[in-house]
Amino acid sequence: MTAPFSQSVEISLKVNGERVRRMVDARRHLIDFLRLDLGLTGSHAGCEQGVCGACTVRVDGTIVRGCLTLAAQLDGADVWTVEGVTETGEIADLQDEFVARNALQCGYCTPGMLLTAAELLNADAAPARAHIREHISGNYCRCTGYEAIVDAIEATTARRCGMPVPALKEAAE
Amino acid sequence: MTIALGNPDRPNSYIGRSVPRPNAGKLVAGAGRYVDDVVLPRMVHVAFLRSPHARARIEAIDVTAALEVPGVIRVFTGADIAEACTPWVAVLAHLKGLKSAPQHAVAVDHATWVGEPVAAVVADSRAAAEDGLAAIEASFDPLPVVVDMRSALDAGTPLIHPELGDNLTFQRLHEKGEIDAVFASAHKVVEARFKTGRHTGVCLEPRSILADYSRSEGQLTVYHSTQAPHMMQTVFAKHLDLPEAKVRVICGDVGGSYGIKVHVYPDEVATAAIAKIMGRPVKFVADRLESFASDIHARDHEIDGRIAVDETGRILALDIDDLTGIGPYSVYPRTSAIEGNQVVNLCGGPYDFQTYRARTTVVLQNKAPTCQYRAVGHPIATAVTEGLVDMAAEALGLDPVEIRRRNLVPDDAYPYTSAANMRFEGLSHHASLDKLLAMIDYDALRADQAEARKRGVHRGIGFASFIELTNPSPFMYGIGGARISAQDGCTVRMDPDGSVVAMSGVTEQGQGTEGMLAQIVAEGVGVPVSKVRIITGDTQTTPYGGGTWASRGAGIGGEAALQAGLALRENILVIAASMLQASPDALDVADGQVVDKATREARMPLEELGRIVYFRGDTLAKGLPRELVATRHYITSDYPFAFTNGVQASYLEVDVETGFIKLLKHWCVEDCGRVINPMLVDEQIRGGIVQGIGGALYEECVYDGEGQLLNANMADYLVPMAAEMPDMIIGHVETPTRESLLGAKGAGEAGTAGAPAAIMNAINDALRPLNARVTQMPFTPERILTALGTIPH
Amino acid sequence: MKPSPIGYVRATSLAHALDLLAEGDGEEKVLAGGQSLVASLNLRLIESPNLIDINGLDELRGIGVEGDVVRIGALTRHCELMASDVVARHVPILREAAPLIAHAAIRTRGTIGGSIANADPAAELPACVVALDATIVLASKAGGERRVKAAEFFLGLFETDRRDDELLIAIEVPTIKPGERQSIRELVRRSGDYALAGLALAGPADAPRLVFFGVGDAPVVAGNAMAVLAGGGSIDEAALALEGDLDPADDINGSAGYKKHISRVLLKRALSVDRQFEAA
Repeated sequence: MTAPFSQSVEISLKVNGERVRRMVDARRHLIDFLRLDLGLTGSHAGCEQGVCGACTVRVDGTIVRGCLTLAAQLDGADVWTVEGVTETGEIADLQDEFVARNALQCGYCTPGMLLTAAELLNADAAPARAHIREHISGNYCRCTGYEAIVDAIEATTARRCGMPVPALKEAAE
Repeated sequence: MTIALGNPDRPNSYIGRSVPRPNAGKLVAGAGRYVDDVVLPRMVHVAFLRSPHARARIEAIDVTAALEVPGVIRVFTGADIAEACTPWVAVLAHLKGLKSAPQHAVAVDHATWVGEPVAAVVADSRAAAEDGLAAIEASFDPLPVVVDMRSALDAGTPLIHPELGDNLTFQRLHEKGEIDAVFASAHKVVEARFKTGRHTGVCLEPRSILADYSRSEGQLTVYHSTQAPHMMQTVFAKHLDLPEAKVRVICGDVGGSYGIKVHVYPDEVATAAIAKIMGRPVKFVADRLESFASDIHARDHEIDGRIAVDETGRILALDIDDLTGIGPYSVYPRTSAIEGNQVVNLCGGPYDFQTYRARTTVVLQNKAPTCQYRAVGHPIATAVTEGLVDMAAEALGLDPVEIRRRNLVPDDAYPYTSAANMRFEGLSHHASLDKLLAMIDYDALRADQAEARKRGVHRGIGFASFIELTNPSPFMYGIGGARISAQDGCTVRMDPDGSVVAMSGVTEQGQGTEGMLAQIVAEGVGVPVSKVRIITGDTQTTPYGGGTWASRGAGIGGEAALQAGLALRENILVIAASMLQASPDALDVADGQVVDKATREARMPLEELGRIVYFRGDTLAKGLPRELVATRHYITSDYPFAFTNGVQASYLEVDVETGFIKLLKHWCVEDCGRVINPMLVDEQIRGGIVQGIGGALYEECVYDGEGQLLNANMADYLVPMAAEMPDMIIGHVETPTRESLLGAKGAGEAGTAGAPAAIMNAINDALRPLNARVTQMPFTPERILTALGTIPH
Repeated sequence: MKPSPIGYVRATSLAHALDLLAEGDGEEKVLAGGQSLVASLNLRLIESPNLIDINGLDELRGIGVEGDVVRIGALTRHCELMASDVVARHVPILREAAPLIAHAAIRTRGTIGGSIANADPAAELPACVVALDATIVLASKAGGERRVKAAEFFLGLFETDRRDDELLIAIEVPTIKPGERQSIRELVRRSGDYALAGLALAGPADAPRLVFFGVGDAPVVAGNAMAVLAGGGSIDEAALALEGDLDPADDINGSAGYKKHISRVLLKRALSVDRQFEAA
């Protein structure tokens, strides 16, 4: 066998429903591939160590860390980013709740947070707040203190399950 | 023109309402535009070789091999950069005695902390630039390091900058009253040593800059993740030898800042210098490891505090001795003496006493530089003050609420000058405490605590009253010689379609500046908030201003926007009055219409007025002023700062076998004056509280004896995450400042100011039956068990 | 940081993967879930490696029961452990351990084989397989399959008995028997963090195997404490015996004394709860 290892790899995959074919550096992780090769800048690299969750995207139906996935591995994969799920309207209700409850400030964690939260949206029953907190516990947000994010996810899941939707928080007057 | 903001039924009443932020929609769609999203033709990337030693002489930097690496275009040493970029010295004239050494964008000859840039590689990708770094052959002569601030001034300690004569960068002593006599005769004196952990901001978007230099135009354009574009314009111009007018700083979306992005960073200035040298766009985005090593750190303090009280629990005096290590340089241009200075200014701030001594000693050390980070000095001063107040209460057998009631400055005592000579226009400590106690249901909480204790479960309730410094005047920086604007401006313009554009000198980093401005302008002019577009963060198009820091966006930028909006409304009414043959006084603007002031009947839509002014000006009276643009500026002048106040409470549980802490709930009542958008203010408070919790429980930059930062990554440096954070109940008391029509003070730092103290006091409340106490942050499980005597010290 | 240049090949079959390992220079890295490996690449902790991507190898997937052994393919993702009825019924400790590993978006990629081959001393699964007395199944072109007891597999810090030409292909775990119990508990500062200390426990209800993690270079079998229990000693006596079992190092997460203390607490809590509620 001669030199089986390549520094660049051809991949064909679907990104946000569109077919994509590229030669990629073997060292390029998925987030750089999305941002630099495809111009999909909605996904962010926050730590490139798998800890902060800013790079969370959906691959083959489940969320993954984009910084811990090499683009070279994704031949044949089905990748969805915040741009794609925005376009399809799949999480429009969740996004509306994020805006209505100010569940984002600087917005840098938001795409990863939304895709992480989206995994909870189609549950049979509205998850408890503690469960929501646990589910997003791998997504760092420095701005909000998380509560509004939990509120927004709770409201969206409740609405989808036909449960009463918690009111917007008002300051205790 | 004025406006009755106290009347909720007034027309156009956007101020005071929870309007969603107009820029949130694009951010949830992933359509924000942060610096790293900007790509320019011929753009190259720079990465920095950083010193692996805390203190070393740079012997040689051999770039030969690096230049051979595929993709690498150029390599710069400190000397190369120094040819295009002058060094800076971060001092302020009003901080007497403050001294620092000249700091280069890329170190020349000496490296002074692990992480200081010592060379730069420019390549066609970040990855290739890193390949180039790996190929640089750098040799260093490691020198003895200064890491322990306690011994930084000792005779045998090496001098980080010998030309300074010592490692003392600043010292200030404030004395008021006969302190020694008061302490000598006091009924009780309690004392403690407090430590706050050195920590850092960990903005999720790392520091980012894209600098582009056009040789043909002599123009430097900088896309920058910053809080203060105009300040940076001045800095780039001065140190790259360009006219200020030839530097444009553009600040798009910023992925968090919290004070981290208001400073001058050597690698960022070097990036701009390289752009000027190469005449092409150069991008630098810090990665997470270099963020930990090169973002400013903060709160590295050890404080000895004493409090004297009489038999009734009245506070007689406070004696504070603060020591802080700031790294090897005072940070440009705001300096690293401010935090210690704030500790002196703020300790004891909520309380009515007049005998006070406070000293801060600011020393150099071979660690990352420290500087202003959210709630500068406040969490330290609040923890020390509130910790001592609780200890005094314990010594006297008083409830922590009772000792506060007896000592908080009465709500009717204002204006009031504190023992630290801070002037307060109007605060509401007692009203805030009353409201907090009602919110937490204090009696029920104490009953729950007692019931839990019977089961062997140790819960604690902690309080922290605090003050927050906001809306700074030139007394903060300008008076010391820094070109940092305390004034801010807003230009409001009506376009032909009746929509309004407002350009402001304050900036948005996620806190909702643009949303707040849109509400104010909408109300000021009299249009729906959806008709207002806000432009911030561009030195070429916005009025000159200071940007957003020290919780000044709403109080200063907001007032300028309100005045500009009202001025535009007046201008509109002059034109409308002429068109409608009415008196301007008889007309008003509401919901995008010119209306009859008395009947509120619609007379003319603004788009009709716009059509006439812009396209059929011939039909208007000759000489009629037709200015559909108005600019107003605002600066505070009656008080150097607008102080706010508040009080927090924490309820938590300590697992006394493991030292783990579970946060059960957190409350805050704060008074930021006029609340423009309750939802945004509450979210500032909540986010700030969690940042304070980070400092209290998790965050600490751990250095070893050689000055190596041991936890410079997000797995080992612990930030607060969702699973462990409590729900937070926020309440408000509103005491508007009378300095401005808007009446707004700042709200951005109150959460962070008070949370660590509330957590500390709650832990100590839980531990009190076990005769244990903690005063060193972060309160790790191990420190809890050490305090309990479970494991040896 | 970005990885240094990487060589990459996608293995198309187990035989192909074993060929690649056999013909390599011993420095190849097997890319399974990649949740530790790619982080190390990004940090340039591994310089210019050649990667063998085994994610396409279906023969390494699946969870099956053969007699009283559950065989778990090396490429089984942590989220699959959480969802598996077979695991829940026959190896409940793995069902309990999987959600403790990092976060949802990590568990969708991370694999049991990768976790065990990586041998992070603070990881949950290595301790579990030692507690379970599992067998690690390795394969190589030269030697075919080789079975190693989990207790002998972990040699030290990120160091295992796997040879350079071997691929970890499966884990074989005995099914839980009547009268046995299994549980895992750990102390983490934040949900999903590596443990300050953890305890995996499996075996006879009155004297289970006790394996600690996060307190040594590898999973630590608490032989002295186990002997105390086997001899009918009390929980407190077993906890005291840990002094002879554990020798953790000081690090930024805690002192040795702290880790030993919380290990004792974990043991007491695990045993007292288990004795009441968890006997199978």
